[in-house]
Parts: sequence; C-alpha cells; structure tokens
Amino acid sequence: MINAAGRFIPDTLPGYRDIRPYAGPFATVPDGRRAGQKIKAFRPGTSKVLASLEEAIEASGLKDGMTISFHHALRNGDRVMNMVMQTIAAMGFRNLRLAPSSFLDANDDLIPYFESGVIVAAQCSGARGRLGAYLTTHRLQEMTILRPHGGRARAITSGELHIDVAFLAAPACDRMGNINGIEGPAACGSLGYAMVDARYADTVIAVTDHLVEGALCPVSIPQHLVDYIVPVSSIGDPRGISSGALRITTNPRDLLLAKLTARVIETAGYYREGFSMQLGAGAASVAAGRYLRDIMLRDRITASFAIGGIPGPFCDLLDEGIIQTLFDTQSFDARAIQSLRDNPRHQEYDVDHYANPWNKGAMVNHLDYVVLGATEVDVDFNVNVITDSHGTIMGAVGGHPDASAGARCTIITTPLIRGRLPIVTDRVQTICTPGETVDVIVTDRGIAVHPSREDLRENLMKARLPVMDIKELRDLAYSITGEPDPLPITDEPVAVVEYRDGTVLDVIWKPQD
Amino acid sequence: MHESLRRAMLFAPGNNPGLLQHAGIYGADSLIFDLEDAVSIHEKDAARILVRNALATIRYPCEVGVRINHISTPWGFDDLAAILPARPDFIRLPKCEEAEEIKRIDDIVTKAERRYGFPEGSIRLMAAIESPRGLRNAFEIASASPRMMALAIGGEDFATSLKTTKTKDGAELFAARSMIVYAAREADISPIDSVFSDLQDEEGFIRETELARQLGFDGKSCVHPRQIELVHRVFTPSEKEIQSAQRILKAYREAMARKAGVVAVDGKMIDAPMIIRARRTLAHAVAAGLVPQEDLND
Repeated sequence: MINAAGRFIPDTLPGYRDIRPYAGPFATVPDGRRAGQKIKAFRPGTSKVLASLEEAIEASGLKDGMTISFHHALRNGDRVMNMVMQTIAAMGFRNLRLAPSSFLDANDDLIPYFESGVIVAAQCSGARGRLGAYLTTHRLQEMTILRPHGGRARAITSGELHIDVAFLAAPACDRMGNINGIEGPAACGSLGYAMVDARYADTVIAVTDHLVEGALCPVSIPQHLVDYIVPVSSIGDPRGISSGALRITTNPRDLLLAKLTARVIETAGYYREGFSMQLGAGAASVAAGRYLRDIMLRDRITASFAIGGIPGPFCDLLDEGIIQTLFDTQSFDARAIQSLRDNPRHQEYDVDHYANPWNKGAMVNHLDYVVLGATEVDVDFNVNVITDSHGTIMGAVGGHPDASAGARCTIITTPLIRGRLPIVTDRVQTICTPGETVDVIVTDRGIAVHPSREDLRENLMKARLPVMDIKELRDLAYSITGEPDPLPITDEPVAVVEYRDGTVLDVIWKPQD
Repeated sequence: MHESLRRAMLFAPGNNPGLLQHAGIYGADSLIFDLEDAVSIHEKDAARILVRNALATIRYPCEVGVRINHISTPWGFDDLAAILPARPDFIRLPKCEEAEEIKRIDDIVTKAERRYGFPEGSIRLMAAIESPRGLRNAFEIASASPRMMALAIGGEDFATSLKTTKTKDGAELFAARSMIVYAAREADISPIDSVFSDLQDEEGFIRETELARQLGFDGKSCVHPRQIELVHRVFTPSEKEIQSAQRILKAYREAMARKAGVVAVDGKMIDAPMIIRARRTLAHAVAAGLVPQEDLND
C-alpha cells in the first residue's frame, strides 16, 4: 500500500504488529485508557539498596523475552547501558527487547549482544556509528522500530510499548529512591526521558554513583516509582555527557543560515510579545538564538517560553529575561545543567509533557516557531534526519516530527549542499517528518515556503528575504552536484519509521552490498 | 555604463573546492578566485583547473574575477590560457608595475574573446599596485586599457617594499592609498583598498574601512566572509544622508521638469557635484536594501 506520505508500505512486515499506514499528522484518534505500572506495596523498613546489578536483575524478575529500557541523557558519556547489558548477558538471559530512548556512539559495544541473541529487538529514536550500520544491515527477530520522542511516550503511556524493567542511570539518588540529574559526578541535567520510563515500567532500577544520605532535594523521579537502587563506581564520563559551555559557531555558512533563520522568525508572522519557540542544538540554531536576541532586545520583545533540548546560550537568554521560561527535556551542556539547578524558571519536564500526541495538550502544540535541522529535504518538504547517503541509519528522529506537527511555523535550516551532496532533492531516502508539517526551508542560497502557506510566503517576500520555489532550490543544488542516482537497496525491510501516532511513515530497507 | 557597486571584494583560494562552491552566498559585491599567493607552487595547475570548472559550472550572484599569477612568473600565461575560456568577469593582475603588463594581458584577452565568441570588451581587468614603482606608474596602469575597471592597493607587499610593516593605523600607507585613489579617479575607474588580515580584530577592520571610505575608495578586499557585512555597514549611508539625497534628487527632477534654473534644498544651492553625490548615496542605499531600486531611476 501507499501511505499518505506517498511511501510504499508492505502489507505485512516480519516481526511487526498489524500495520497502520500513516494517514496524516492528526488522523489517528485514540481510544481506551492509559497503561500503568504493576501495583506494589513496600512496607516500612524495606531496603532498596542492593549490592550488585546481578542482585537487582534477579530481584526484578527479568525473564527471557522481556523488554528493558534505558535513557540517553548521559549521551556519549553513558556507562550504564553497556554495563547492564554485560551483566545481563553474563547471567545468561536471551531474546530481550531493548527499548532505550535513543542509542549513541557509546553503544557500539552492544553489537555482540545482538549477534549472540541476548538482544533480538530494538526500539529507539535512532542509532549512530557501527550500531546504526548494524541495525541497517541486519534484520532482527522483530523489526527495529524508530520512534520520535513523543511517539515513544505515546507508545509507553498507551501500553503499546510495555517496559518490564527500566534501568535508570541516576546521577544523584537517596536511599529511598528519589533521583535527580543535577548533582553528582555524572550530572546530566534534565531526566525528561527517564521520568516516563519510571512511571510506566513494572520494575525500576536506579543505577547510581552518587548515593546521597538523607533526603535528596530537588526530586525529579520520586521514590515511590523506584524498586531498587544499585550503587556503582561510575555511571558516566562527564566529558561525554557535556562539553562545558557550547560555543557559538564561527563558521560563516552556519552564521549566514542563523541570520536568515532569525530574520524568518522576525518576519514570518508570529513574532510578537510572548511568542514561543524551540530552537535545536545544531550550530546554526544556536547561533540563530544569538541573532534573535539582538532583534528581540531592539524591539523589547520577550518569548514566553522555549522548549526542546536546551543548550547553554539559551540559558543566557533566560538570565537576560529575553526568554521567560525554559522547559528542558535534555540539557546539552554544563551551562544548561547549572541553569537547571540554579534558575527556578528553567523547568525540567518529561517527554509526555513535551511531545506526546495522545495527551491533553503537549508543549509542542503551543509552539509558534520551531527551528530544526535536516540530513536532506525533498521537493514535497519531507525531511530525513536518520539515514545517510548510503541509506545507513546514522541519526535519530528525536523530537523532529513532534515539534513540526505542533508548531504554527516549522523552519528547517540546512545548507543547500554539504560536501558533494545536494540536501534539497527530489525524494528523501527516508521520511522522518512528513512535508505537510513543514512550513519553511532556509538554505544558504534561498528560502522555500510550503505551497499551503501563502501567508508566510507573502510575509517573507515583504521582508525582502530570498524566497524561491523549492524546485528552484533543488535545481540549483543539482546544477552543482549533479542529480544523485537512486540508492541501490534490497527488498528486505530492516526498520520501521513510525510516526508519532504509531502509524508507519516509512520503511528502511537493507542497502545492497 | 552603469557599474554595480564594488564595496566588498571577497578573495577565495583557488585550491579549495568547498570555498569556491560557497563563495557566492555571503553577499560580496565581487568575488576574486585566487591563483596567486593563496596557492602553493605545487598546486598551481590543480587550482587553475578547479577555478576554471567553478566558473563554468556554478552560477554566482555577482561578478567573479580571477587573480592570476604575474605574467613574469612561470604560471601567469598558463593561468590566462586556462581561465579565459570559462569567461571570468575580470582578471586581476597582482604586483603590477607598468602599463605594458596590462597591454599584454589586454591583447591575450582580446584574442580569447574572439576565439570563444565572447562580446568584445566583456572581460574586464584590474590591477593591484604593490610597490613604489607601480605607484609611480599608477595612472598609466589605470588607463592602459579600456578594460580596466579598478585599481587596488596591495598593502602588505607595499609596506614590505617600503622596508616597513603594515600597521593598523596605516600611517605608512597613507600617501600610497591617496595616490591610488587619485590615479583611479583620474582614469575613471574604482579604487579598492587592501585586505585586513587580523580576523579577530573587528574594530580595527571597521576603522580601516572607514578610513578607506573617507579617502575615496569604492570598496575593500576581504579575506573572510564575515568582513563583508562590516564593509557594507561602513559603506551604507545613514538615514539622514539618504533623506537628504532623496530631497536633492527630487528638487532636481522638479527643476528639470519646470525647466527652472537654480534650485535650493534646505537652504543650500544644488550644484552638479551634489547631484552626483546624492545619486551615489542612493545607489549605496539601494545596495543595502534600504530603499527600492525605483528610487534610482530618474
């Protein structure tokens, strides 16, 4: 069948539930009730602190075939996922379903567990490095599922993704099980991903290298959600978690994109006192924040809130009063972690609150602007952020489709050409965000506006911004790079790209050798 | 002939494919692809081919020239032979000392235009003066060919040939700068100021650009895209200057329409130089996007 994004979706996929094809950003109307944790009653005097991971895994009742989860807030500094998997493998478990919020480069070490049958299925936001390549070239027992952050929260809260045991890297934890992410040697800031797992997993194991005596304060994940606590020597390498303060780029092309993006925000039609935005953490997005700051100071305009992953430069805008509140699901650098700790208007919140399409109103629904990147975009405004020019998984869907669906104006910022590759093409390899939820594409050689947004186009033209037809941009790119040949792929599906509502947006096929 | 403004001329090294590909996106008024000092002797031939192909393949939004190696070097003539078929908008000759050099290049360009069927005179020339000898011959060089469109000062080399160094206040180049402006203006071509190579010193760059503008230069060579905006800012007239220019031109147009004689604006008599200056101010305002193009058409 062909779904509403124009993609061919097979009628069945091996190791995947009944297929619901993507039918439009808000086509699915949910029914039923939310899922929930098993009820447990811990009596006074119960100790949660166990001596080892083995003990905790045994106590959790983990069995072959179950689903386990992790969060990725420690990014490439994370040691917990690899450490836990090593223990699980040594204990002889098999056929597990691994459902972390995302994989990062640090998770290349997991490949042997896929090869040996310890892990037989992966559900995540994305994967990089050798693991990404492995998931592209190996069909697992179940289809690998790639979900946006909001889609993962939906799958968990609706019971579609049931987590048996969640292993939570806990930067700071007290003996009762209260957790936060802003203290300890592996502080990572917001625990926005972990908060959802903690509420819905049957068993929650906190793995910490900073066990606090007395009561931890503030609390991000409360004790009543946590079963066991395992102290270990280190949960993460701070150098991989955060990189001091993220610097504003000096790359002239990124700065040009940033300036154009700030101008689009200023003139597209939603820039007014109290507007709201999500700016990504890419170089151009962060720099756009800096240019926007000057514009907002000049006009004496403040933003009511900004959301998304938060890099340090946005905390400066918060301190200056240019942004009134930050909502933070993931803190990108040491500056953001410090701000979350010290500034009461820097608010930690979970991914359900941020982006779940099946609740009573996620924050993304209240965005005026979101600025996002792209690996490639096509003439239908579809965006790919997950597969590279070889068709290999090398990125994560993240909150891209969530914020795009929610925001009144979705801006994609990308150079028109990267290296030898045209970024505006006829057809993206993999659709991660459907074009009907994208409004403006800002490139270094021109700006394209979705044909359904004549209002935006007029506003940008009035501001004398270089508005072009998307096909002109494609032609310009092809005139320099040539038109790329279609990628040679096989007819073997390896992964499903789910839209935020759980419908199938696209399928990733194994590339030819 | 109406010439577009040459406020910021951006250099891009001819051996860097990425920079050549993107050079046009930063809003420079002119691009100069460099085959000379930016390219080591081991890469001269590769850079030549790369620049030729960039010119032939990529549509740039502004004029594009090539700085060739001097024709007294082993590479200069080969540079011309490789580049001319791709029809650059102009050729920049470095270290120019005599009008004869321009005439020889003019000959070669004329032949190439005929051979490749380009309109005669369409490929322009500019020269950089980088020595006292070149400075002494500046007017002859500037007027050596009808193709000549600009005269630049190569500040670093000039300072070296004076046995001094280029400083940020530029006292050592003051006379040379002015003399180049005189020569270029006498020949009715554009004087272009030297590069400023300390990328970290934004204030110093702005000061030097302001000095160049005050001395009469039309523009400045840039070695980094982020200098372009600074040059444009310096060369952009103030709101007050723009309004005054608009009033002068309006009064002038009305006077012409009424066939009236002398007119005054703001208590000042309008004379021919004021009208020329007003047009120039408006041209800069149009280039900066501050007034619509129509305001220039009278």
